[in-house]
Amino acid sequence: MKTSLKKIYTWINSRVELDDLVQFMGKKYVPINRHSVWYYFGGVSLFLFIIQVVTGILLLMYYKGSDSLAFESIQFIMSKVQFGWLIRSIHSWAANLFILAIFVHMFSVFFTKAYRAPREMTWLTGMVMLLLAFGFGFSGYLLPWNELAFFATRVGTDIAGILPVIGKPMLTFLRAGEDVTGATLSRFFGIHVAILPGIFIVFLSIHLLLVQRQGMSEPLDGHHDTERKVMPFFPNFLLRDLLLWLIVLNVLAILAVFFPWELGKKADAFASAPAGIKPEWYFLFMYQTLKYLPAHILSMDGEVLGVLLFGAAGALWTLVPFWDKKSSRGERNRFINYLGLFVVLFIIVLTIIGWLA
Amino acid sequence: MIASPEDTPKAPEPEKRDFLKLILGGGIIAWLASVLYPILSYLKPPVQSEVEVQSVKAGKISAFEKDSGTIVRFGNKPVILIRTANGNFRAFSAVCTHLACTVQYRKDMGVIWCACHNGKYDLNGRNISGPPPRPLDEYRVIVQGEEVVISKKS
Repeated sequence: MKTSLKKIYTWINSRVELDDLVQFMGKKYVPINRHSVWYYFGGVSLFLFIIQVVTGILLLMYYKGSDSLAFESIQFIMSKVQFGWLIRSIHSWAANLFILAIFVHMFSVFFTKAYRAPREMTWLTGMVMLLLAFGFGFSGYLLPWNELAFFATRVGTDIAGILPVIGKPMLTFLRAGEDVTGATLSRFFGIHVAILPGIFIVFLSIHLLLVQRQGMSEPLDGHHDTERKVMPFFPNFLLRDLLLWLIVLNVLAILAVFFPWELGKKADAFASAPAGIKPEWYFLFMYQTLKYLPAHILSMDGEVLGVLLFGAAGALWTLVPFWDKKSSRGERNRFINYLGLFVVLFIIVLTIIGWLA
Repeated sequence: MIASPEDTPKAPEPEKRDFLKLILGGGIIAWLASVLYPILSYLKPPVQSEVEVQSVKAGKISAFEKDSGTIVRFGNKPVILIRTANGNFRAFSAVCTHLACTVQYRKDMGVIWCACHNGKYDLNGRNISGPPPRPLDEYRVIVQGEEVVISKKS
């Protein structure tokens, strides 16, 4: 067995020089410091993404992307297909945990200033993937074609529509027409299962390649006088990673089994929006903020101003490696910590208010 | 054999090179445009001709309780038909002017209410509370014998 594996290795090695890669892997080290725990969240996000790809492909085997069949096909998956309830529930839960994991990952990178030079591109590709993850969440939410999804899509695309200049064409493009109809569902389906994964994979590859190439970032407040502690990536860090992935898989299984994802009522374009309707939790803080804005601010629609402000804030956040020069020079920048803390508190408080309202 | 300087191909004249660059650059842009144009046009949903609905029959008077609201299909748009406590009929577009959710009649509050962002309209369709920026569009209700007919306001 061993010799035949060795033979295969030698055969491939003689063609593509695998030795270099193996040597590189063997020399890979992960720094040990008091912030090391945050290194795991990128891996957890990656694992949840893999789960989404696998369960998503499985759902594709039975899902039907049309307004007259979508809801029924998910009913079928959940009641007739063996383990269909499990696959669908895991897909929904993992979607939420995925967003949560990338939030934790992003904030840990922000607070440890790991975005600073020379890792600006890793941060940027990560932010693009966060945006794509929102796109995944928004487009996937409509696919069961239930009441909540229908109105969430109506509101979400309407918000896109109020933007100046690009709003109207974007609304028509997203809805595939004036209203949310079966055409919108087909379009969202295509976006969710083909366009977004395709783009995501490109950014994910660049992101991972950069991490491999540059190694892990170390916090600025590391004690440089004492000897730097490291851990070999292979196998020490990898095994810890895998153990955590196993734990996450278990958490997912528990959630999916004991808190199965509901399907709700089938969407009806001629029914009123149900009481208590809310967007997904990761959109709640924006939803709640928009609720507080008056209808008109300085002759502008309150909503338009709110959306533009969120856009501007998001852009500033994304560009942090370029305006936080201090961190890139290796100096302490307390402002970043306060800003991060403010954003975290803002998101948490408004999410809770939105949840309870 | 060693190539003499005369044998090596000369770099093209600057003007000639600029011209070639222009042709190449222009060619690439034209090629991109010829690829992107059909794709973008494809993504733009075709306008489908719809029969312009002028009026619809909502049903018999007896089908609508006093102090209640019903969503009625008006072409491909939802319309809310309200029968007030004293038996009068009113109809408005059921699409909230805020972010396009479908409104409902709230008996307990005596208002037209949108569940999405807590917008409220009075029974004349005027926005009275919450984020809606405009009143609801009004429709005309005519009672022909036993039949309730909703039509567009001209």
